[in-house]
Amino acid sequence: MTNDEIRTFIDNAIKENKVMLFMKGTPEQPACGFSMRASGALNELGVQYAALDILPDPRIRQELSELSGWPTIPQLFVNGELVGGSDIVLEMYESGELAALLGVAQPDDVQVPKPDVQQSQAPIGLENRLN
Amino acid sequence: MPSANELKQRIEEALPGSVAAVEDLTGGGDHFRAEVVSDRFEGLTRIQQHKLIYDVFGDEVGGAIHALSIKTQTPGDGR
Repeated sequence: MTNDEIRTFIDNAIKENKVMLFMKGTPEQPACGFSMRASGALNELGVQYAALDILPDPRIRQELSELSGWPTIPQLFVNGELVGGSDIVLEMYESGELAALLGVAQPDDVQVPKPDVQQSQAPIGLENRLN
Repeated sequence: MPSANELKQRIEEALPGSVAAVEDLTGGGDHFRAEVVSDRFEGLTRIQQHKLIYDVFGDEVGGAIHALSIKTQTPGDGR
């Protein structure tokens, strides 16, 4: 794949999916605590979303960050607009703004997955060596 | 390797009048948490507020600084 093809693929994914999450790993097996919290918040809200693992090719992250102007992963897009990274997603999840944006009910009991930051170091380090 | 104190100073220099509290989450000098209070955030979206902080460090975020967790507030926020 050329960089242009990757860019077009990312652009289409954002346009075609109402809720689009770019993350390290998958919702079932997140490879980073920050990605785990973002996908965990969406799981708790019970919304359907598309997720793309950025780890298989370092160019995915490069092209995504150039497109969005946002340097870190995860990145959540809703209706084609960047909502934010894990800090913003979690703040909005806890305040109920994310549920409102997605048109779902805020859970009575807001559960936030608490990652072990130490555990998240290995995949982050590996990815940086690839870059 | 950047230190929490270095990050704090750079944020406060880049955003005059701001107050930053920076924590090294792992003690390894690569995962940080920054809480920043600044009137520069007034009227900006959260995305724009966080970008102001990311811009202080440019390519270092994702490089030497593996992860930078951010919380932004304006002086008027009673949070």
